[in-house]
Amino acid sequence: MSSFAVKNLVQADRKLIAFRIGDQEFCVNIMSVREIRGWTQATPLPHAPAYVMGVINLRGAVLPIIDLSARLGMKDAEPTARHVIIVAQMKTKVVGLLVEAVSDILTITEENIQPVPEVSSDLERQYARGILAIDKRMICMIELDALFPDQESEAA
Amino acid sequence: MDMNEIKEIFFQECEEQLAELESGLLKLNDGDRDPETVNAVFRAVHSIKGGAGAFGLDDLVSFAHVFETTLDCVRSNKLEPTPDVLKVMLKSADVLADLVSASRDGGGVDESRSRGLVKELEALAHGELPSSSAHEAPKPAPKAAPAPAPVAKAETPKPTDDSGFQPIPFSFDGFGEDEEPAIEGSVYEVSFKPRRELYSKGNEAALLLRDLSRLGEMSINCDTDALPPLDKMDPEASYFGWKISIRTTKSEDDIRAVFEFAEWDCDLEVKLAEEASSDEELPMVPVPFDLSILDDSSGGEEEKGAEQGVSEETVAAAVSAAETASNVSRAARAVEKKESAAAAAAAQNNAAAAAAAAGQTIRVDLDRVDRLINLVGELVINQAMLSQSVIENDATGTSAVNMGLEELQQLTREIQDSVMAIRAQPVKPVFQRMSRIVREVADMVGKSIRLVTEGENTEVDKTVIDKIAEPLTHMIRNAVDHGIESPEKREAAGKDPEGTIKLTAKHRSGRILIELADDGAGINRERVRQKAIDNDIIAADANLSDDEIDNLIFMAGFSTADKISDISGRGVGMDVVKRSIQALGGRISISSRPGYGSTFTMSLPLTLAVLDGMVVTVAGQTLVVPLTAIVETLQPEAAAIHSFGANQRLISIRNSFCPLVDVGRVLNYRATQANPVEGVALLVESEGGGQRALMVDAIQGQRQVVIKSLEANYTHVPGIAAATILGDGRVALILDVDAVVAASRGQSMKPEMSLAATG
Amino acid sequence: MKKKVLTVDDSRTIRNMLLVTLNNAGFETIQAEDGVEGLEVLEGCNPDVIVTDINMPRLDGFGFIEGVRRNEKYRAVPILVLTTESDAEKKNRARQAGATGWIVKPFDPAKLIDAIERVTA
Repeated sequence: MSSFAVKNLVQADRKLIAFRIGDQEFCVNIMSVREIRGWTQATPLPHAPAYVMGVINLRGAVLPIIDLSARLGMKDAEPTARHVIIVAQMKTKVVGLLVEAVSDILTITEENIQPVPEVSSDLERQYARGILAIDKRMICMIELDALFPDQESEAA
Repeated sequence: MDMNEIKEIFFQECEEQLAELESGLLKLNDGDRDPETVNAVFRAVHSIKGGAGAFGLDDLVSFAHVFETTLDCVRSNKLEPTPDVLKVMLKSADVLADLVSASRDGGGVDESRSRGLVKELEALAHGELPSSSAHEAPKPAPKAAPAPAPVAKAETPKPTDDSGFQPIPFSFDGFGEDEEPAIEGSVYEVSFKPRRELYSKGNEAALLLRDLSRLGEMSINCDTDALPPLDKMDPEASYFGWKISIRTTKSEDDIRAVFEFAEWDCDLEVKLAEEASSDEELPMVPVPFDLSILDDSSGGEEEKGAEQGVSEETVAAAVSAAETASNVSRAARAVEKKESAAAAAAAQNNAAAAAAAAGQTIRVDLDRVDRLINLVGELVINQAMLSQSVIENDATGTSAVNMGLEELQQLTREIQDSVMAIRAQPVKPVFQRMSRIVREVADMVGKSIRLVTEGENTEVDKTVIDKIAEPLTHMIRNAVDHGIESPEKREAAGKDPEGTIKLTAKHRSGRILIELADDGAGINRERVRQKAIDNDIIAADANLSDDEIDNLIFMAGFSTADKISDISGRGVGMDVVKRSIQALGGRISISSRPGYGSTFTMSLPLTLAVLDGMVVTVAGQTLVVPLTAIVETLQPEAAAIHSFGANQRLISIRNSFCPLVDVGRVLNYRATQANPVEGVALLVESEGGGQRALMVDAIQGQRQVVIKSLEANYTHVPGIAAATILGDGRVALILDVDAVVAASRGQSMKPEMSLAATG
Repeated sequence: MKKKVLTVDDSRTIRNMLLVTLNNAGFETIQAEDGVEGLEVLEGCNPDVIVTDINMPRLDGFGFIEGVRRNEKYRAVPILVLTTESDAEKKNRARQAGATGWIVKPFDPAKLIDAIERVTA
């Protein structure tokens, strides 16, 4: 994660962090990323969904770790020392997203974003906000807030 | 500090005054007739009004004004504070509180309610003052106090009434016109003769003449006829009078306004002069009034005045005479001032010290205290880790290091206690809020209920106070709505038609105990039982003790009211109350006697920041069990374990059987029950009454842990109260004993996941 | 030398307003929270003028004014009373106690400074 190629495309207006899960690439808005850190063993939480790996200590705060692969409906991650945690801010909460590796920092404009094809299932439609085609790679843009809706608004 | 900060302070102060007001009114309601109580109540409203006026909060001012007027009648014994009167006043206090909130947060208040109360308050004030009512009547509500305005130009002062103290706005608008002599305008003859009282009240003839001179062009004559020979002179007496002729565009009232502060202590005549004859009337040659004497006034005005008054002959003798006369006492003071100048510097420090001693509190931003508490929490952890590694590396236990460590441990504890004490606050404000709720809800349901509070000065951490208000409110509503019977039913049962709810707080073994007792009908166990069966909470043939039936009301989805009422319904039941108490690391239980009422008992930690816990291992995971929950720990022997039914196991402890609860199973850490003989049983007392033996694999030790919220970034986890960070940097979960026990009773522990948004 | 004002008021709000207003106008301000403290503080502080509230715990404004006037050293210090707009009776009592003048609430910085200017040279 030390050397990210920064690409300057026309009229930069959005920065994204791209990461890999399995053979797929995803990206999220860099503004919601607080830091990226290595994997540490999490304390499992009882009665948690399978994609909640547990909680870790992030400088005194208790941070839940989400297995993004499982959350996106792919197979459960088997974390290794090479895995990384993207610490992301979502509304009022901070969560750690377990991914295989951070692959890129992208600077894009709205024109780079293609709509999500209609073939997608409900799950994909829920989180996918667009598709980026960069260097023959396909990168799926994820809306984190859509993936983990706010508890308060849910309860209300 | 800017106005917004002061406004913030004002609202804080309002909260305090409202609390003072309510507790004072409640004391009066209990028959307290101490004049100081009435004064304090009056002051509270007065103070709110004063601040509100400064911020132009007109609605608040006008209501407070009417309220204050009526309170003043009580203060001056014109109005007897009967229960009926106090009822109106308590309601008014509620409305005042609403108006304060509305002023702070925006939004409105129920206008019909406040209007109605204004009428009632006015009626009270009138009722006792029939003769003078026309004069003394409070202002109608819409008439707010005038908003603070800059000194208005040419504002016509109200005519002085016979009291002589009608307020007259200052009309210093003449300032700007000093440069251009007023050619226009009329000439007034002013005759001014101070009495000695004028000086003794700190007024100054010279200053009054100075102010008068600002209204226009004036000439002045001093009448010194009354001045006795020096040896007969009383330094404090007033011997001079002045006749002034002034040409001004201002009115006679403006001229009188100059003497506003002094008019009681002088003979004053102001009349419009006949232009032509004005000169003739003055026996002496008019001398222009020279302001220069007074203009430079910073500091030694007395000395200067005295010197100049003698040397500058051109200056009106009148003025210097005025100076001299009024300065006889002042000069004396000046001498004293000089003498004491050196002492004053020292005394200054004393004064500052005195002021500091008098104000014994400081206001600190809560964040700073919290940061300190967090740091101390980390210190506690570090100290514990250090002790542990020293003990591990030095088994002798006699080294100086060990002794130092012990001292460190003690100091750490003391620091922690002191820091916690900073946040400790009496529960009083919360209790006071409850009395309002009792009043309102009782009113709504047509019951007559008295709230008695006890131990309201019991202190507990501020966060706990903040968080108990809501569940307590709900319980109070419940008690009023369901607990206490209607007056008719009570009378029929031979009870006082007025019900009583008693709210008590006390400390008990490191926790705070809050009891809410009503003298109502108690739990209708037959109905509760039936309801629980109807709602599939218990089996139709379940054999439950009275206590267990009573505690069914805490079950999710349970509501005893046949129809959900507006008051206590709101779609939440006692299960929500229980959950929020548990979220605080608290317990709640109920005991009830049919016909005599119910008592809810809440036990809460004194602080939410740290907890004494037992660190245990369950299925390879480290958990912390709150020490307060544990009655004893024991090593089960195979002979003591008895199977019971399909998959229950009991452990016999001193001839009684206690259900075994495998924590690992309840938390889903393992699929099959562990062998109790290989583990340790923690005997716990749950708030539902009855003991349970919690099976864990091993005990690691006891430790004070810093409580970290799981909810901050995640959500509530069933069976888990909170998290903490252990010495190795890992997160450990803190067990919610009551939830685990409840789950073992068969109550499902549904995961409620915010993050588990179903895809 | 700055003029020194001693203010006596039990309301934190008003105290702060007085402080800000007076400091902005270039006065040195000493504050007390009630009459008793006012008299205590008075001794060391040599004020040029005193501004006091009437309704206060422990010792009210009337008592405070009387206390100041009884003090040989400070009996001639001008005292301004903070009072509400309509209360003639209170003003009378304040005057009888020895008040020099008054400032009508609601609190208005301009009025305060004007009144102080009026009674001080």
